[in-house]
Amino acid sequence: MSTLAVVSAGLREPSSTRLLADRLAAATVRSLGEETEVVHVALRDHAHDLTNNLLTGFPAGELRGAVERVVGADGLIAVTPVFNASYSGLFKTFFDVLEPGSLEGKPVLIGATGGTARHSLALEFAVRPMFAYLRSLMAPTAVFAATEDWGAAGEAAGGLVERVERAGAELAGLIDGRGGASDAVSDAGADRYDNVIPFEQLLAGN
Amino acid sequence: MQFGIFSVGDVTTDPTTGRTPTEAERIKAMVTIATKAEEVGLDVFATGEHHNPPFVPSSPTTMLGYIAAQTERLILSTSTTLITTNDPVKIAEDFAMLQHLADGRVDLMMGRGNTGPVYPWFGQDIRQGIPLAIENYHLLHRLWREDVVDWEGKFRTPLQGFTSTPRPLDGAPPFVWHGSIRSPEIAEQAAYYGDGFFANNIFWPKEHFQRLIQLYRRRYEHYGHGSADQAIVGLGGQVFMRKNSQDAVKEFRPYFDNAPVYGQGPSLEEFTRETPLTVGSPQEVIERTLQFRDYFGDYQRQLFLVDHAGLPLKTVLEQLDLLGEEVVPVLRKEFEALRPSHVPASAPSHLELVAANDAKKTEANR
Repeated sequence: MSTLAVVSAGLREPSSTRLLADRLAAATVRSLGEETEVVHVALRDHAHDLTNNLLTGFPAGELRGAVERVVGADGLIAVTPVFNASYSGLFKTFFDVLEPGSLEGKPVLIGATGGTARHSLALEFAVRPMFAYLRSLMAPTAVFAATEDWGAAGEAAGGLVERVERAGAELAGLIDGRGGASDAVSDAGADRYDNVIPFEQLLAGN
Repeated sequence: MQFGIFSVGDVTTDPTTGRTPTEAERIKAMVTIATKAEEVGLDVFATGEHHNPPFVPSSPTTMLGYIAAQTERLILSTSTTLITTNDPVKIAEDFAMLQHLADGRVDLMMGRGNTGPVYPWFGQDIRQGIPLAIENYHLLHRLWREDVVDWEGKFRTPLQGFTSTPRPLDGAPPFVWHGSIRSPEIAEQAAYYGDGFFANNIFWPKEHFQRLIQLYRRRYEHYGHGSADQAIVGLGGQVFMRKNSQDAVKEFRPYFDNAPVYGQGPSLEEFTRETPLTVGSPQEVIERTLQFRDYFGDYQRQLFLVDHAGLPLKTVLEQLDLLGEEVVPVLRKEFEALRPSHVPASAPSHLELVAANDAKKTEANR
């Protein structure tokens, strides 16, 4: 069984960002064709703890569990509203407080929402470079949903439904392809304590 | 077990009065706090080392030497001494000098510092933080143990036929702690040398430090210095006390809310829940501190932070009275009753280090 973490940074309830995230998750689960545990992390619920984490350096309360679930998942769907031509500050804050290396090699599918399709390239110019920096394994398709997409005909070529299905299949492929390697990768943090570099090696040359 | 206080040496405006002490006032206040620590029966005073405002202690051995002259029993220590940006030769000299002046009442804690620009200000590269800590300490360790040192490394000019003076008092270098809040390499370093490991746990949840301390203990045993539970562990603590818990909370809240480290962030209640900060009655401090043993095992040194965030000197001295009269005597008794006999009660004193050296020599001559 794999686990799929879904991080959404929508601010309102109900949220179209959350709606897109749920659709992407469903498509991924369909494609994985196996029992998949989906863990949803709505960043709005952790907004105060995220600010506190910036100030204190550690995730407190419920945020700690959310971070652990995201870092420990086999795959990640990350969806943000587009604010000022980029990801929202809340979305960025969540990824800023993760330990370095936490998302290295993790299959990630990115998505974004906005009023019109004019904002869609924020995914390619802002969100994708961030995950590239984090050395995540990204699905080639990123999905943007504009307000009008929610009223478009379902079967339209290149429409939202098709994009969601394609992206979900790509993420499922990345998760499958890793064949359970995710533990080794996502556990890099804990590993520094369990498999310490012997001091003779640190001292080499002295 | 040894109990003491450690000071950051910050000059911070008192948020309740708007008054900011001068550097002179703060420096003299630190001396008063240190001498008071001895007066109320504490064992250790440790000062930080900083090279930027609003902090005053840039020259720890100067301050500790002055305090040494005014005290009889107090162990003078640091929290921390910057092993990355200080010349290890100067550390060797300064602390050996302090050892002589203080009749051996000296140990020190190595740290890498948390202020990025200090590296370039002292001609170093922050990306080399860990390699600097390793190479510099290795040299310091030799300078205190070998009368004549030939040495070549990556970070400082080579030494040929160099003797660091004065030699350590009675041939026994001061005991060294290594402080770290997030680097397994430093726990490994402390274990390798059989030195102490100090986890300054005051700002973060315990789970993180459990992993670091377990690593240190496991590797201490691996390197043959004793069993894991005999490794020398020190912990921080942060307290504010009044007889009545509610009075403590009410009085401390404005200092907490405006504190340089965590101010304007989590509430006092949240931070108390997540970190060792204890604001309440002496009894609550006793209970919270005893829990540290459950989390980290028997340990040898407990240092409290009591003089930060703009608290007035008078208040700090009252805190020390409460520590000395009500908290530490109980903790001493309780920890001692729980400690297995094969576990050291405290970090080795100068006399114990001298005796250990002599025993080693006798062994070698046999």
